[in-house]
Amino acid sequence: MPELESKVCKILAENLSVPESQVTPKARFQEDLDADSLDLVEAVLALEEEFGVTIPEEEMEGVQTVGQAVQLVASKMGVGA
Amino acid sequence: MPEGERTVALVTGASRGIGSATCLALARTGLAVAVGYRSDPEGAEETVAKARADGGTAIAVSIDVRDEVSVDGAFGRVEAELGRVRVLVNNAGYTRDGLAVKYATEQWDATVETNLTGAFLCTRRALPGMLKARWGRIVNVASAAALRGNAGQAAYSASKAGLVGLTKSLAREVGGRGITVNAVCPGFVHTRMTEPQSEESRQRYLEMTPAGRFGTPEEVASVIAFLAGPEAGYVNGAVVSVDGGLTA
Repeated sequence: MPELESKVCKILAENLSVPESQVTPKARFQEDLDADSLDLVEAVLALEEEFGVTIPEEEMEGVQTVGQAVQLVASKMGVGA
Repeated sequence: MPEGERTVALVTGASRGIGSATCLALARTGLAVAVGYRSDPEGAEETVAKARADGGTAIAVSIDVRDEVSVDGAFGRVEAELGRVRVLVNNAGYTRDGLAVKYATEQWDATVETNLTGAFLCTRRALPGMLKARWGRIVNVASAAALRGNAGQAAYSASKAGLVGLTKSLAREVGGRGITVNAVCPGFVHTRMTEPQSEESRQRYLEMTPAGRFGTPEEVASVIAFLAGPEAGYVNGAVVSVDGGLTA
């Protein structure tokens, strides 16, 4: 899990063009990382590509923090978070 | 256009008419072109042969725009053989004229599925690659019928007006990522699709068209090629009439 988390955070940092140090589990996409809805979709597309998972739009809706995104990816990969 | 990368275009409904002419116009500007076809592989191969004779790169790709699986498969093939699609021309179109009061639900669905849903499915499949590249061109081939109604074309004009709405919303969604989404609205152009029109209806269109003649597929294709090119980067969400003045 820590490995997955750091991988997800790295991809999010790259996609949202923010320093990795800001991408912590508690960081909120909109408020803390200045990500709009398209930024978020792009980040999800990158995560899908990296981890070979599919994340439906309705499951993205509740995701507000980096930690939640990690959980979502973990659940899609069948890894307990 | 991304540096040092061959730009790949996919044109749907490209075995003849405006789609075919668009493939040739794009191939002439140096793009590698996927000639999308559904029902007419011979026509698509003819387009490919013409593009190659011009020194261009082209392949024929079977794609039924109404079917997600077919769309995904076609994009996969283009990606494998040419590269990721940077220019998408949603041209596949369908029309069966008839007065609304007696128009069959199946005809309505067929029209909307090809003209509108098909463009959406292709666009949705193309966007992730374009977003990643921070560059893309989408040109939707709508119709003058999207802007002015036509008796007997309720389904067709509704689907094409829908395509204009799709164009404008998409332009706003992805315009910040180097992607443009525009629509062209051809008037009466000589193609297989307009052949079934009665002589009377042709005459009526001719009278309404200030140019006093019908357009050619090439005249529409050159506008599409411009919108798909590097010089049109600041044209986004535009609805460009190519109709000899029909909707002026």
